[in-house]
Amino acid sequence: MIAPPTAPLRAPAMPRFDLRLVRTMLPGLSLALVLLAIAWLNPRAISYFGFDLMLNLAVPIALATVAQMFVMAGGDLDLSIGPFVGFAGCIAVTWLRDAPLLGIAMLLGCISAYAALGGLIYLRNLPSVAITLGMSFVWQGLAILVLPKPGGSAPDWLQSFMGIKPPFVPFSILAAIVLAAAAHFGLMRTSYGAILRGAGGNPVAVARAGWSLLKVKISLFALAGLFGVLSGLALTGITTSGDANIGNGYTLLAIAGVILGGGEFVGGRVSPIGAVLGAITLALASSPLLTFMHIPPDWQIASNGIILIIVLATRAAVTRKGPLQ
Amino acid sequence: MTANKFFAKPWAWSFLGALLVWVAAAVVSRGTGAGAIITAALPLAVFTVIVGTGQMFVITLGPGNIDLSLPANIGLASAVAMTVMNSNDSMVAAGIAAAIGCGFSVGIANYLLIWVLRIPPIIATLSASFIIQSIDLDFGRGLQTKPPPGFANFTDMQILGIPLLAVFAIFLTAFAAVVLRRTLYGRTVTAIGQNGRAARFAGLPVGWTRFGTYALCGALGGLDGALLAGYFRGANVDIGSEYLLTSIAVVVIGGTSVAGGRANVPGIWGAALFLVLLTTMLNIFGTSAAIRLLFTGLIIVAVIAVAGGRKATP
Amino acid sequence: MTAADSNFVSLNAITKSFGPVRALRSVDFQIGTGECVGLIGHNGAGKSTLMNLLAGTIAPDNGNIAIGGLEQRDYSTRRAKNLGIRCVFQELSLCPNLTVAENARVFHPAIKGINWRRRVGDLIRGKLDEIFPGHRIDPAELVQDLAIGKRQMVEVARAFTVTSDTVRLVILDEPTSSLDSHIAAQLLAYIRRAVAQGISVIFISHMLAEILSTSDRIVAMRDGTIVADAPVAMFDREKLLAAIGGGGEGKNAQDVPPDGVTGGKAPLRVRAKTRSGGELTAREGQIVGLAGLAGQGQTDLLIALLTAASPGRSGFEITAPMALVAGDRQTDGIFADMSIAENIGVRSLKQLRDGLLISRKREEELADCWRAKIGIRTPDIRNNILTLSGGNQQKVLFARALASDAQIILMDDPMRGVDIGTKLEVYALIRQEAQMGRTFLWYTTEHDELKNCDHVCVFRNGAIVADFTRAELTEEKVIQSSFDEMS
Repeated sequence: MIAPPTAPLRAPAMPRFDLRLVRTMLPGLSLALVLLAIAWLNPRAISYFGFDLMLNLAVPIALATVAQMFVMAGGDLDLSIGPFVGFAGCIAVTWLRDAPLLGIAMLLGCISAYAALGGLIYLRNLPSVAITLGMSFVWQGLAILVLPKPGGSAPDWLQSFMGIKPPFVPFSILAAIVLAAAAHFGLMRTSYGAILRGAGGNPVAVARAGWSLLKVKISLFALAGLFGVLSGLALTGITTSGDANIGNGYTLLAIAGVILGGGEFVGGRVSPIGAVLGAITLALASSPLLTFMHIPPDWQIASNGIILIIVLATRAAVTRKGPLQ
Repeated sequence: MTANKFFAKPWAWSFLGALLVWVAAAVVSRGTGAGAIITAALPLAVFTVIVGTGQMFVITLGPGNIDLSLPANIGLASAVAMTVMNSNDSMVAAGIAAAIGCGFSVGIANYLLIWVLRIPPIIATLSASFIIQSIDLDFGRGLQTKPPPGFANFTDMQILGIPLLAVFAIFLTAFAAVVLRRTLYGRTVTAIGQNGRAARFAGLPVGWTRFGTYALCGALGGLDGALLAGYFRGANVDIGSEYLLTSIAVVVIGGTSVAGGRANVPGIWGAALFLVLLTTMLNIFGTSAAIRLLFTGLIIVAVIAVAGGRKATP
Repeated sequence: MTAADSNFVSLNAITKSFGPVRALRSVDFQIGTGECVGLIGHNGAGKSTLMNLLAGTIAPDNGNIAIGGLEQRDYSTRRAKNLGIRCVFQELSLCPNLTVAENARVFHPAIKGINWRRRVGDLIRGKLDEIFPGHRIDPAELVQDLAIGKRQMVEVARAFTVTSDTVRLVILDEPTSSLDSHIAAQLLAYIRRAVAQGISVIFISHMLAEILSTSDRIVAMRDGTIVADAPVAMFDREKLLAAIGGGGEGKNAQDVPPDGVTGGKAPLRVRAKTRSGGELTAREGQIVGLAGLAGQGQTDLLIALLTAASPGRSGFEITAPMALVAGDRQTDGIFADMSIAENIGVRSLKQLRDGLLISRKREEELADCWRAKIGIRTPDIRNNILTLSGGNQQKVLFARALASDAQIILMDDPMRGVDIGTKLEVYALIRQEAQMGRTFLWYTTEHDELKNCDHVCVFRNGAIVADFTRAELTEEKVIQSSFDEMS
């Protein structure tokens, strides 16, 4: 017995490219939301001067977020990026200023240490959360050893570079665009970038195809180390002095930035452009927005959390229609 | 053969490490204070063990599950406990209950963020931590923060040289171990950590179990806050700040899998003793804070690197 | 000796054990150029192990591997690939977070530099066009957005693509398991074309008709040894079954007695409307089949039934507890760190309790009972679940559902890749359980299995478009209902 078609023909399912579009647009939408809120609260902030001020720390945060993104692309998590950024900054105001060659050597050594850590994690199949936790103690201790008290002065060339004031568009926005473009190109458009991401999606398959997962892990961590160092340098260039503890909040900010940007903890699903957008959103939401809303200092800390929740809840509500995890 | 079997157990290494550090500390102090070192270290280890147990359950739920709101939770609970106790020994029980209740509510709040708003646990607990800190700052201004004398003494009491707190904590962890292995709840936690989808399809109450776990972890944090306030003779916002990293460290060094699905209770004790004794030994050496941080970090890295990770399954 | 030299691949006296399990006992296997060898056997017969050895993913304990006449030392996956050996295993090896084209690049390190994306995209699209004309797969699509049938097509096509290394041998392990019969036929036709061009193919399948139609030679394995090795002309369906030692008693679906429970009399167990139309009803003691082309909504309905938070609101009527036998055991079924006994008992924890705590004794008793009943091959039910072969793991999932208090058993194509002997055992068990009052909702992509069902719902585009009783059921009717009339 064949039933005649009783229900009307179903409309064709949403083409798959549309879902992808929505996924990529969300970080931008989050940012737009925060910008709208700022514009509504304090219209004068939407100006060259306003953005220059609000996005003051956006560049170091974005660099740290991109560093975290590389680690998360491999399915790991780096809980030490914050202290590492602080440590790089401390080197900048001491060795890099006084003995540049030695300073550069130390920074390169730091990047190598990160790369070696990646290798260790792969070879021993270690949980990255726990090991980077231990490393956070190490970087913190080293930072205090190098710079026991906040102070020092960043190298002049660094300060001038971070202080550039291009016409029309603030430096931080330009720098963010360059960073997003470079990271996007490197990870999403190059042939080896596909391998780096693929190893996060199906490591067994990538290994069977003949690629060295060890090299992949080392590359991802080396890139994280590189961008972490750049973040420390940028931060010191802006604040002009060093502080062993200044980077500590960057760990969680960076994770939040990657997630806000559409990245996921597993599966190799990350978005470089999203990460930069996420970082900028957080940079705006964590301080300027709060000041405009006249939040008392006791509650400014809470506001960070509340803003994070609102933005993520919005994303969750919009992606409810998406494919089930 | 027995030696091999001993070392095959994940928690064995942490106890071995603790033993080594204790011997080193005893040697350095010329052997006079060996017993005293342990007695002094035990209460501190207890505080770590209590929150480590809660964190262990959360981490066992699977990758991405972690409670970063513990320090803020502990801080707020310590203030709540002291306020309710109000320097009055007869209000001790009520104060502890209030602290546990406060932590329990934090756990519930965490889970609501995770479940209703579908926020990843790391971000949810982090955000909650910010909010709790603000509440604590606001709430704790100018309030009575000293513990009642009887309660403070209780936290120092010993039986046969062993702190009462330690005895209590041992019972607590033994109970936790039984819960983990032999109850529906514990089996469900393990199953969720190994394969959340399969757990759902097998009819296990995934949502309720996760909810209960975060609430449990919060409650244990609340308990710890009350006890810490008693031991350190006062509540303050930062009383729990070091317990975030140590709670995770003892879980991992103790042999629980960070990927979820494999929990290890005895290991928490070994790891807690190890970390506390390590700090003690470094204090004896009179090292600066920076060296202590550096050393602690390197040891954690080394222990984890040597212990290795989960063997890849075919 | 000269015969061995002319072979492209020659495996000699191979033995391999995994702990206490002897997977291969002194196996000799050869394949020549331009030959298609059909490989059949039980799960646990050693086929996957043998192929893994050939692919270089594992090494033999004893024996040697000779490729192109040269004995291989330090054989590895890289070596295998350089020598032109490709594999498509049951567990798909695509990266879901990459596009189809990027996945092809993972396979071909030689493609890099400027414009690599277009070059590799053309490469994979060309091969897809060649094997599966009419596919509608875009190389720029993310694999995670593709249904499993399309993923399998991509994986197969990728195995035949050529850049720097030539293709000499392709191992296909159950390549049609997720394909519609129409697309499967395209693949089989292509295999013959490829073989004619000199490519060797090792074809592992449990579809006996496919093996017989596509192979030049058939190799049958049982319990780690080769029990038959002869040209295909020497075999027919019964001889194949006899060779692998399963179900040779002549028991087939024709012997199934008509169901004693007539439609309208027994209590209703499930009434489910799909969102796109059509309704499925199942009564106590019935086995209801879900048929149609793969991925037409059958699994979705089963999962929706299982996880419906409030059945009334979803339009479902469910009157008894349900359990699922998962088809994709890694993601939906197996708890990898638990023992066999724990995996069986996990759906029945409440019943295993002694007071407040779970009784280990009861758990093991339950597992032992089912080990005997369903025939799980293991020395100890306290061993980790992953010590079992795939088919036996599938049996554990069955045991889990049947051991529970569920009166409605949902089956999500659980027999994929399972050997015929196991299948017949399980069919008999299902019929037994149904006679005792259990209801089965059985999604399957193999037409023969539908003969066990009291009535069959055919799915198309998420809707149930036909409902045949056993008496009415023929393969032509199912196929007609499965295809879109518009095309």
